[in-house]
This record gives sequence, C-alpha cells and structure tokens, in this order.
Amino acid sequence: MLDLTAAAAAAAIAAGELDPAEYFELYRGRAAADELNAFSWVASEPASGGFKRDAPLAGLPLGVKDLFCTEGVPTQAGSKILEGYRPPYTATVVEKLFDAGATLLGKTNQDEFAMGSSNENCAFGPVRNPWDHSRVPGGSSGGSAAAVAGGLVPWALGTDTGGSIRQPAAFCGIVGLKPTYGSCSRYGMIAFASSLDQAGPLTRDVTDSALLFRHMVGQDANDSTSLAFPEEIRLPTGQDLSGVRLGVPEELLATEGGIDPGVRANFDAALEIARGLGATVQACHLPHAQHALSAYYIIAPAEASANLARFDGVRFGLRVEGDGDLTSMYSRTRSVGFGAEVKRRIMLGTYALSSGYYDAYYGTAQRVRTKIADDFKTAFSEFDFIVTPTAPTTAFELGSKSADPLAMYLNDYCTVPMSLAGIPAISIPSGVSDGLPVGLQLAGPSFSENRILDAAYALERAIGFDGSVARGGSAR
Amino acid sequence: MSAGVEYEPVIGLEIHVQLKTRTKMFCCCELSFGDEPNVHTCPRCLGLPGTLPAVNAQAVHYGIMIGLALGCEIAPRSQFHRKNYFYPDLPKGYQISQYDVPICGPGRLGEVRIHRVHLEEDAAKLVHVGQSGRIHGADRSFVDFNRGGTPLAEIVTEPDLHSADDAREWLTLLRTTLRAIGVSDVNMEEGSLRCDANVSLRPRGSTTLGTKTELKNMNSFRFLAQGVKAEIERQTQLLRAGQEVTQETLHFDPASGRITSLRSKEEAHDYRYFPEPDLVPLVVDAAMLEAARAELPELPSARAERFEQTLGLPRDRARDLAFRTELADFYEDTVAAGGAAADPVAVANWIPALVERIGSDGDPAQSRVTPAALAALVAMVVSKSVNQTAARDVLSMLVESGGDPARIVEREGLGAIDAADSGLAEIVAAAIAANPDAAEKVRGGNMKATGPLVGYVMRETKGRADGGEITRLIREQLGP
Repeated sequence: MLDLTAAAAAAAIAAGELDPAEYFELYRGRAAADELNAFSWVASEPASGGFKRDAPLAGLPLGVKDLFCTEGVPTQAGSKILEGYRPPYTATVVEKLFDAGATLLGKTNQDEFAMGSSNENCAFGPVRNPWDHSRVPGGSSGGSAAAVAGGLVPWALGTDTGGSIRQPAAFCGIVGLKPTYGSCSRYGMIAFASSLDQAGPLTRDVTDSALLFRHMVGQDANDSTSLAFPEEIRLPTGQDLSGVRLGVPEELLATEGGIDPGVRANFDAALEIARGLGATVQACHLPHAQHALSAYYIIAPAEASANLARFDGVRFGLRVEGDGDLTSMYSRTRSVGFGAEVKRRIMLGTYALSSGYYDAYYGTAQRVRTKIADDFKTAFSEFDFIVTPTAPTTAFELGSKSADPLAMYLNDYCTVPMSLAGIPAISIPSGVSDGLPVGLQLAGPSFSENRILDAAYALERAIGFDGSVARGGSAR
Repeated sequence: MSAGVEYEPVIGLEIHVQLKTRTKMFCCCELSFGDEPNVHTCPRCLGLPGTLPAVNAQAVHYGIMIGLALGCEIAPRSQFHRKNYFYPDLPKGYQISQYDVPICGPGRLGEVRIHRVHLEEDAAKLVHVGQSGRIHGADRSFVDFNRGGTPLAEIVTEPDLHSADDAREWLTLLRTTLRAIGVSDVNMEEGSLRCDANVSLRPRGSTTLGTKTELKNMNSFRFLAQGVKAEIERQTQLLRAGQEVTQETLHFDPASGRITSLRSKEEAHDYRYFPEPDLVPLVVDAAMLEAARAELPELPSARAERFEQTLGLPRDRARDLAFRTELADFYEDTVAAGGAAADPVAVANWIPALVERIGSDGDPAQSRVTPAALAALVAMVVSKSVNQTAARDVLSMLVESGGDPARIVEREGLGAIDAADSGLAEIVAAAIAANPDAAEKVRGGNMKATGPLVGYVMRETKGRADGGEITRLIREQLGP
C-alpha cells in the first residue's frame, strides 16, 4: 500500500479495491511517528464528514505546507510569531483540493515564512532528509518534500518563491512543480513575496504532480493576480522527446553557480538520456540570468518587509507586552517572534524601499527582472524547454551553511530566474550522486505545464529513478 | 522679511471623501456608521495572514464620476501602491493607496485647479478611553475596525485659494458637487468629508511659494475657516517678527483656538511606497467611462449658470439655489408646477422665505409645502390677488399644516381688496381726513410721509390692500 502512487491509490479506491480509512490510517500512523520533524501538526482522524465518494481525489490524504491557512487547524508558517495560530478560513487552493475529495493528513514544517533553502530557519526545529538524517531536506517546502519522500504522506502542497518547491524536491528525490505565476490562487497562502509566490505540488512522480495540479488551478475572485488556465491539465502520456529542443543556459552552468561535479556529471547523463529519447540539446543564452539572484534578493525582501508588517502583536499571534507604549510592544513582539533570517530580509527590504534608495535598488531590480523575462521569451523562440540542474549541489549537512547566508542563497541560483520570469518549471529526480538524489529542472513558457509534464514523464520513465529507499527501503 | 510687508496667503486643500458604496474598498464587509464596534469585519479587513485585496468596482465607478465632475483626466491605467507605516488602526501595516499614477489627473472646479484624485482605503478608528478623549492622557485605546477599509477618494487641489473664507466657500462648492453626483454623504461631522489645508504666505506680488504648514483634519466648515485664519495670523506674526515658518504638521483646537505641532519635517514618515503586488493595474476602459458619464447629473456650477442665463436669476441667487441640490430641485419643481405662467424670478425670491420657515438645513421636499402649493401662492402674489404680507402668513400656515393656498386665503379672508373696489378709495380718503399733518407733508411733495396714511388703510382692510394700489390712490387724491 505504501508503494502506491497517489494516482494509483485514487484508482484503487475508486475501484473499491482499497479502503480509504485503512489507507489514511497507514499514513496517519507514519506521520505521527515522524522522525524527520516533517510535520508541525498531524490530524488525529479524517476531517469531519468522512471520506467523500465520487470525488476525483476521494480518500487521498494530503500534506499541506504550514504557509497555507487551514480553518481551525494550527497555521504557523514556521514562525514563533504565529505559534498556536488557528485561522478562521481555509486557503482557496486547499479548499479546492478538499472539494475534490482530498483529506488533510497534516501540516508540514518549513523555513520561517518560506525564507530559506534548508528548513533550518524553522522555529519548530529543522527537518531532516529521509535519505540521510544528518542532511537538510532543502527549503523552504522541506517538510512537504521530506514527508513525501519519506512515505509519511502520499503527496503534499508546497509553495515556491525562488525555488522553494523545486530545490527540496531535488534534495529529497521527488517531483516538484512550480506553476506559471497566477495559475493557482494565492488567497490564504501567507505571503512572503507576493509577485513571486506560487503554490505547487510535491509528489512521488510526474503523474501525481499533474493530478494534484489539475485540482489546484483556476482563477479566483479573491486573488486578482490569478488567471484562468487556458486548458485542462492532462495526465501525462509522453513516450519520447522526438522533436523537442532543449536549451542549456551557459550562464547558469558557469562556475559562479558552483555546480558540484557529481551534480554536473548526473546532469550530463540526463541530457544523454534526453538525446536518446529524440531531443536535441544545445547551449543557449540567458544573458541576464546571472543577475537574477541579486534582483531577487531586492524584490523578495522588499515585498516581504511590507507583507510581514501585519505581524505586530495587535490582532493575532504572539504579543510581548512593552513598557506601556506602542513602540516597545511592536519592537519586542517582532524581536522575539521573528527569527534571524526573517529579520535580515525585513531589514534588507526596508532599506531597499527607503526614500533615496528606491530607484537604485528596487527600481533597478525590477528592470533586471524585465530583462530576464525577455531573455526567456527570446530563448523560447528557439527552444521548447530550458534545462538545468535544479540545485548546484545535493543535500548538504545540517548546519554546514547556516553561518553563511550568501552560500545559502546560491542554492537558488538555477531556480530564481524562472521565478522572476513567472514561468513554470518542474524538478524531477535524475539519479543519485554519492547516494543522494539529484534534480533536473525543465522550464517552459507560461502555461506550458501540460507540455512540461509530458516531457518530464518521458524522461522519468527513461531515467527509472527509485526513491523507495527513502521510505524505508520497501521493495517495489 | 519684516514689518510693513503685505503678505498673501496661499492655500491648497487635501480632501478625503468616504465613498457611499455598499461594501468596503477591498473586501465585502458592509459600510456602517454608529454600529457596535468590530461587527463589520472579515479576515481581509482585519489584515489576517494570507488574505488579499479585491478592488470594489463601485468605488472605482465613483472615483471616475468624481474625476469627470471635477473635469479631470481619467487615467486609462492607474496603479495601487502600498504606503507603509505601523499603527494599530492600520491592520496590514500598510495602506493601499495610489501614488505616482492616480486614477484622476489634473482638473478644475470653479476657480480652483485640481491636482489629482486617487482612491485608497480608510484606516480603522481608534477610541481613546480617558478624560481627555484624545490619545494624550488616555488610559486605554481600543481599535474599531468597522471603518477600516472604507473606500476613500483623496482630492488634492493646487494652491489656488487665498483666504480662509475662499477656502470655506470653495469647499462648500465641492461638497455640493459631490453630493449632487451621489458618491458620498459628505458630512464633515460624521467624517465622511475630511479636510486638511496647506497654508503658506508670500509677499504680495511674489510668485514663489513660501514654506507651508499642513493643518490637519478640521471637522467642520467653521473650524476650517477658523483654523486657516488662525494659521495665517500665526505665520504673519512670525514673518513680521523676522522669524521663519517651519515646515510641520499642525493641529487646530477649535475650543481654544490654539495651533499645536503634531510633527516636524524631520519627523515625517518615510512611507516606502512601492507598487501593490497583490493588485493588477487598474484599467479604465471606454465602457466604464461611458457608464460614469451617463450617471452624472447636471453639476451645481452648470446649474447655477443655467439659472442665471436661462431663468434670469441674479448670480448670487442662482448660486445659492444651485449649490444646494435640494433647494435647486424644489425650486425647479415649483417653476414646473406653475406651468407656462410661472415667473421663475418670483419663485426664486420665495425659496429663502420657505427655508427661513423650515430651518436652514431643511429640505423643502420633506416639508408640508408642495411645489404646486408654492407655485400657486407665488402666482397669487404676482397677480396681486394677495399681497406680500398676507402671502408670508399663508406660507407660514402652509409650513405648519400644508394645504391649498387659495383656500387658506379664502378661509382666513386674506385676499387682496380688488384694485377696482371703490371701497379702497373711500378708505384712503378717510385716512387723509384722519391724518391731516401727514397729508399736508405729502401734498408738499414728501412721499416719505405716507406711512401713517398707509398704516391707516392697512388697519382698516386687515392688511389685505395692495401697497402699490394704496400709494397710487394717495397720489391721486393728494395729487401735485
């Protein structure tokens, strides 16, 4: 039962061959015994009303990143400032999945307010990588990635601002899809950087990603930046890559990104497999991509500095009393409630937006962002997809980069450009290096998810990655 | 600068208008005034984590209507920004407002140029508990989020006003205009119309602007005039004493007449404006413009013009009526009820008499006097079938209990004595006989001496005689 993908379990439940209660209990038990600290909260039973019948995702347990609001269920975003907070409403995307029959299994840990690449910035302790408990699962959706890879939940929701779905998916040997900006509603997703945040699936395979994503998309009147997805999301059927043109951006593979030799070798091997499936592989150029990280670390903190202003101790969450005046209450609440990385980014963002600096920092960063989006447009006139390693390295040791924020930020070197351009990208496991999973990233133009999923599906079958070892080694 | 220099005040206004939409600017909570605290709230207007704003289409529609009424250019594409500052009345820690690309660009109302109009959300209301009722000295402060998120239009003028009275008069015109287009209650006492004034002085004849101060939130027309007057006086004294005006934000206390500093330029906030990433740019298309245009009634300034040009009213009377929509409406209804024979100037002369009787803030349409009744009364005055004095009494009776003026005149015996009634000539003769001294003076050419004679006739006729007719008969009988 543990080896069933979510799509296979859905089919078995629909056919009456699998008891949803038994299936839920299997995962509930595993999640409750979680040694990875992947969960911040685990349901004690299926949500009231029991299992839906005749719904496409009927009886499928779901892990939900703690950044999504869930009515009456703790929603803490990895932050002490929201410890014990239970929102009065549920995020649109989560509600849609419940409507489709999914059942909440638990809320997953994350870097505080989605700021981090290792899940070490979590007020409720770091999450561990199921492949090696001394290593990080990536971040910020590390809890979701670790839970899916470790077989604690069939699939999970994550959010991606600069790589927060793709990089942990790569570190944990699973599939992570960052959709086109606007394809999923952000309503009820606690904001980090509004112009970049997107919800997406973390799943064992590409088919599961397509299935979960199919029930997440849709325009939402509550999110005016959401868009109607122009077509239905299909389950992938791609057999090969004949005629598919893959572009490998030289700028992202240059030494500045610090691509690890083992990752590079694995990436080259994956490109060979792609060629074997009929793809053409050529170098391409994204001339401004090497500035993406700099622009990102202006834009994202700037938006975050405003988005996090509401955590002020007045209406909800933590309040630390001051000396009878407002300013000391604000300052103490936020000093105690926020972790170091969050404070660092609030300060960066506040500085970047300050009078006299706005144009030099925020203005310039926005112009760079436009250039990067243009680079991708140009590239997609010649190529169907851009391919890169998802992350420059495999999962690193806990604590090994905590003291060096810049080294940590470089993890997102290959994922941030797509986020700035608002385009979809998927990470699939492309093999292992020194016993740790490596991720391959495919990015396409806006709303090309169906084509991306098809290509990823063909590659997935040809690569034949086996992630079962992370679930405890049960054989397929 | 020194004593002896004449200074010219330069005043610009910033007006916040609460829009009369059903729901708030970015959520679906209903607008309210005076309800229990915090009953009109939702996750959005409380700024709970994960919530996003959704623009109220009606507020945008009203914004466009305001722009059109003020002759503004309407931006085909405008942008919302975040204005960042911490305060308990601001749940998100930023106000969603507009910054460098507002919905309405330059325009004009009357003599004053409009700089811009933009849309934003109102802050919540702080309630300070303690003796002062103000924040200083309060024991505790509470936040009522009912008001938080109310749609606001901020109207900014160019510094085209030059006295406190001008400012007050222009604000009255603005209020009338906004009331006429129906976008706001524009009630200063309830805070649906709020006005800040930027005041500076310059030597008369100079074209450069002096250092300005910002006078906050004067909550009545009277306080606006008093505050601006006091600030002009304060700045004049400073300059005459050879001192400089400091750029600062001021508070005017109408009770004491004192002006106190709220914050100096150095203490001014850095609001760190940046484009609101949760909202796409606000696009106003041709259909939205057309819809707003179609809903605009005739504006008060145009109405005053028409009253003057087409109906022949004197300029001041035309404005007095047109700038109070309810008076103008009643006036026009009365003229219409009078039919082809109605005399628009005569009707206009009777509106102030009616207002005097129903109270200066009253709406005639809410009184017992119908336009048809007033039209009939004025017609009787014009045809001299009732004289001015009697007509005023009839009007009082109409205000008291309604009814048909012709019947009241008949019932009360107030009809004018027919000019051809020979009886009047005899009463005049009796008056002359009874007042020989006065009669002698009149005979000598002193027409001012007719008083006792007219008084006698009026007494005898119980006020029903027409004054003009009496004078004519006196002249006839005492003739030169």
